Amino acid sequence: MTTHETRSPSGLILPRYQTDEQSHPALDTPEYRSSALRHPKKPLQYLPQYLTEVTGPLLGQDRCGEHDHDLTVQHDGEPLGERIIVSGRVLDSDGRPVPNTLVEIWQANAAGRYRHQGDRHPAPLDPNFSGTGRCMTDSEGNYEFITIKPGAYPWRNHDNAWRPAHIHFSLFGQAFTQRLITQMYFPGDPLFHQDPIFNSVRDEKARERMIARFDLDTTVPEWALSYKWDIVLRGPQATVFEDDDEEDDD
Amino acid sequence: MGAPTPPATTPSQTVGPFFGLPGGILWDDGPEVVAEGTPGSFVLRGRLLDGAGEPVPDGVVEIWQADEQGRFDHPNDPRPESASWQGFGRCPTSPDGEFWFRTVKPGPLPTPTGEAEAPHIDVTVLARGMLNRVVTRIYFPDEEQANAADPVLSAVDPERRHTLIATPEQEGYRFDIRIQGDDETVFFAV
Repeated sequence: MTTHETRSPSGLILPRYQTDEQSHPALDTPEYRSSALRHPKKPLQYLPQYLTEVTGPLLGQDRCGEHDHDLTVQHDGEPLGERIIVSGRVLDSDGRPVPNTLVEIWQANAAGRYRHQGDRHPAPLDPNFSGTGRCMTDSEGNYEFITIKPGAYPWRNHDNAWRPAHIHFSLFGQAFTQRLITQMYFPGDPLFHQDPIFNSVRDEKARERMIARFDLDTTVPEWALSYKWDIVLRGPQATVFEDDDEEDDD
Repeated sequence: MGAPTPPATTPSQTVGPFFGLPGGILWDDGPEVVAEGTPGSFVLRGRLLDGAGEPVPDGVVEIWQADEQGRFDHPNDPRPESASWQGFGRCPTSPDGEFWFRTVKPGPLPTPTGEAEAPHIDVTVLARGMLNRVVTRIYFPDEEQANAADPVLSAVDPERRHTLIATPEQEGYRFDIRIQGDDETVFFAV
């Protein structure tokens, strides 16, 4: 059995968030060249989950403006490209919804260009598209964005390197241990096989968890195609007291 | 007794170079955990450096900490005290790799086993080139006794412990983060 909670003589009982190292990419992934000088070489030190780790910033609705969830109405005109709805649930690894948590996204426009001074890709900027969005999950963990399907774009990682279309997601969950930055991809993208960032996740099933599902049922006729994508954060283990420690009898 | 089934979490990916879009994940008061003029507040500055010792100009540093009394306003803090405390700061790195926060020194914290954690700040570092965040902690140089008794800090190789302790400077403290190489900062698996 595993330790589910840390029990205190003083009654300080803290949840314990499960790790899932197999799902995540190695910080040192040589195919992704930029990781070479940006990964620690010394072993990581164990950090127990104490009060600072099991708590986290509870950022609220005040961080979201009226149009932050709809990236197609943030300017005077409509952005160019394929309008899409991206929605889903934020869950923890026990399947429980993560309610009232801030979800942030950023992305390239339909031509594959970011509104960022560092983006040199010679594709057009869209005056009606900023490419950033925010929303809060509701009480059931649901989120929804209306946006434009981003384009693929070239980069210089390797010969003829292109990023598959993707939307960046930032999630806080409710604890420091749950913080996640990830990317949502689109089904059937022909660029997956050559992308070292997507493929830095070695497990095929874990890679598939980054790919949204096209959903005809929530597609809005004559208006927007719909993609569903659930995001799963580390969850606290079931609430039982620690039972794997031979010396834990009081 | 079989191993538990790995939970099907969503994998981490790099924040990439373009998180700094206007209206994106950064906000104007991101580095200000407390407002200017808050009693006891100071500025914590640092540089984010890569394995060649070069500044990382496209990183973002986030901090999370208790308030001065060691409190969190959070349902997972089971202690009765709480405060109206956001405790969170987020700062992009400048072209020189610099980041800063205006904050206060957090109070010490109890652990479930009855020990005391020295005042500390949890740190997340994100950057292009990092496929997952890295995590470290900031401790304070004027807390020698508390630091010596801290269960996390005292488990770190004594020769590397200094990488987790801020250094005093005029407006507050400095805490440089070296991702790799000589004097590599201690990073944690959490």
